[in-house]
Amino acid sequence: MERGDSERIEITISSRFENIELVQVIAEHLCENAGVDEDGSHWIGMAVREAVANAIKHGNKLDVRKKVNATFDLEGPELEITIYDEGEGFDPAKVGDPLNPQNLMKTSGRGIFYMKTFMDQVHYSFQPGGGTSLVMTKNLTKGSGIASTKA
Amino acid sequence: MRATSRSAGNVEIIALEGKITIGAGDTQLREVITNAVNAGKTNILLDLSKVTTIDSSGIGELVGSYTTVTNRGGKLKLLHLPAKLNELLHVTQLITVFEVYENENEAAASF
Repeated sequence: MERGDSERIEITISSRFENIELVQVIAEHLCENAGVDEDGSHWIGMAVREAVANAIKHGNKLDVRKKVNATFDLEGPELEITIYDEGEGFDPAKVGDPLNPQNLMKTSGRGIFYMKTFMDQVHYSFQPGGGTSLVMTKNLTKGSGIASTKA
Repeated sequence: MRATSRSAGNVEIIALEGKITIGAGDTQLREVITNAVNAGKTNILLDLSKVTTIDSSGIGELVGSYTTVTNRGGKLKLLHLPAKLNELLHVTQLITVFEVYENENEAAASF
């Protein structure tokens, strides 16, 4: 696949942790096929892993009857990933900054931070009747988020 | 995740292998550390060279392990950090919390 092509991939999984890797692998392969190097693909895959894990654990609360849907839309170098769960949503503003010294030693609360680190944009939206959509975007011509963090 | 332990003097060296991810290794790591501490082994060196994948849950368990050991008067240090795990600890500033070694003898002597 040449960079500049368009591609759309969709997968729906039941809320089991063992399904996370299926979605992660799709993300990584899509990125590698679009010319992203191994490290860059890994970090995007990790953002997807974190998003799907949150959807299963916090969104669908491990109810295997509830589904998580992942959609990957590639338009040229622009990758848009949507992760949808059937949960009731949450207030992203209430998620503490893991870099705050008082949160540094907490055992949770880093998933969204990693997503924001590896992706260009991360946006949650909540449907009135339930259901949470997480949209993450990444321009694949940019370096991995982790490199820009270190710079 | 697979964990193998051996003693070097007063240090318990625990080698972890495989994934430390949500639902697959994160709770195992907690058990391994809890069992070691309950057995009186509170100087722990975690060899992470064969960890293939870690996510935020795994990172959280590393932090929890550190706290568990420290609260029991011990020390938990890291050996042979894989590059990507090293990056994850850097971006979350947790690298400032852990003592990290590349040489096992040097690490064991530091306790």
